[in-house]
Amino acid sequence: MRLYAAAIYLFLYGPIALIVVFSFNAGRHAASFECCGTSWYGRTFNNQFLLEALYTSLLVAGTTAILATIMGTMAALALQRVRGPLRVVYDAMTYIAIIIPGIVIGIATLVALVTAFDAINPLLAALWPGGAKAAPQLGLGYASVIAAHTLFTMALVIVIVRARIQGMDRSLIEASADLYATPWRTFRQVTLPQIFPAVMAGFLLSFTFSFDDFIIAFFVAGSKTTLPIYIFSSIRRGITPETNVIATLVLGVSLTLLISAQLLMRRRAGAAGSN
Amino acid sequence: MMKRAGIRSGNGVTAMLLLPTTLWFLLLLVMPLVVILVFSFGERAPAGGYQAAFTFEQYLNLPARLKAFTNTLTLAPLGTLICVLMAYPLAYYLAVRAGERVKVMLLVLVIVPFWTSFLIRTYAWIYILGGRGIPQLLELVGIEDVRLINTPTAVLIGIVYGYLPLMIFPIYVSLEKLDKRLLEASGDLGASPWRTFLQVTLPLSAPGLVTGSLLVFILLMGEYLIPALLGGGKVFFVGNALVDLFLQSRNWPYGSAVAIGLVAIMMVAIAIYLAMVGRQQARDDVSLV
Repeated sequence: MRLYAAAIYLFLYGPIALIVVFSFNAGRHAASFECCGTSWYGRTFNNQFLLEALYTSLLVAGTTAILATIMGTMAALALQRVRGPLRVVYDAMTYIAIIIPGIVIGIATLVALVTAFDAINPLLAALWPGGAKAAPQLGLGYASVIAAHTLFTMALVIVIVRARIQGMDRSLIEASADLYATPWRTFRQVTLPQIFPAVMAGFLLSFTFSFDDFIIAFFVAGSKTTLPIYIFSSIRRGITPETNVIATLVLGVSLTLLISAQLLMRRRAGAAGSN
Repeated sequence: MMKRAGIRSGNGVTAMLLLPTTLWFLLLLVMPLVVILVFSFGERAPAGGYQAAFTFEQYLNLPARLKAFTNTLTLAPLGTLICVLMAYPLAYYLAVRAGERVKVMLLVLVIVPFWTSFLIRTYAWIYILGGRGIPQLLELVGIEDVRLINTPTAVLIGIVYGYLPLMIFPIYVSLEKLDKRLLEASGDLGASPWRTFLQVTLPLSAPGLVTGSLLVFILLMGEYLIPALLGGGKVFFVGNALVDLFLQSRNWPYGSAVAIGLVAIMMVAIAIYLAMVGRQQARDDVSLV
């Protein structure tokens, strides 16, 4: 049993370790490995396209996570007061948004947006006060990726936060209202602290999903390049040691985020316990 | 009177809170799905894209991409099954056998890969399965001419590697909730360990098995990256066909029909699966209300 567990962990971590080792290749090609140097790291940090892709990804993931967390939490709070057919409709929407494969969401959003833009752009050009040339052209870009990512992650936040709300002690809210707290104050001082772990988990999941997503961005990013799109196309062009360096850096960043999130949660839990 | 006003303002707040979500659902879920549904009955414009029409031609043409569908429908269930078989013993070990102190760390170690880039984890296998990886090692021990990359085996390995953590977790959660005294009781009543497993442990962990396999299966049906990187154009899924149709040949109506077909098949497969494992368990598991 122990041996089996060890084998599974080796299977899970072996390939990751391999990439990290290969990123310290001192040679010029990915195919042959010469130990050991950091020369490829220097080159990577000077790669303008890569830095731009990283910036795009951080911007998209950050915005997506903030939007999804706020909107998802709002909806989760509201839905506990909605009953009947309306509730069924929202529940169905939430699950459909989660279940439909990302690739289908990607192409459907692409086709719908392009069609809509084709209809709106001439209209804008005709109606724009400064003349047709000055009129803005709607197109794919940051906004479309963020919008598409927010759909899925928002549904995720709704499910996570709602599960937490259901496990919440409702008598506290009633007590707060009986003590003449305004609904806003009840929310801030009673509800929010109780659902906070779920909200935080939703935020982290949303950020990670958006930062990691390739397929939706691939369809709706237009001319923008996110980090996964950059990595994918560099693999397609032929693997260089640089790809390994990027991979190692991405692994490092997500590990750091994960560990700091863990520490943060633990400290909060500790602080709550000592009060 | 006062009370009614209170309810009305409460409804106003509820509506306000739901407004952005409603907008998103309508503009980015309902509208896009309706658009591809409409397009799937249309015709391809000469320059690519869509031309209004009402025809079933696209659907009648689906068999042209039959290979993508059969690949997806064999490798996705097979990959899910292998994930179950590999995940279960580990989840069992973590939930029942492992000591309390190592357990937390081992659990975190299962979650970490899930939080790191899927693309990069798949990419690592290009090295391992490629000509200089495992095939070269096998040559050293005398087994020659093994090709792994760009085969169904490579895609399966990628699938298991990518989705194993997602399977381990739900199974672990259901095994963790299991009352350990039941196992002792079964043993005290003279059941062999194997019988205890089959009649007590396995049925009680069924919700985790169902959740895990649904999760993995759903994600696999829309998989693109693994076949693209490890199948090298020889082993392709419906996802790869869709990328080809929308981004290369710009055949939107046919692509829409393929996408609708994929979703339909997925829904049917999930329904069959849930019917097979028994409605009761599924209801306990899925219902969040």
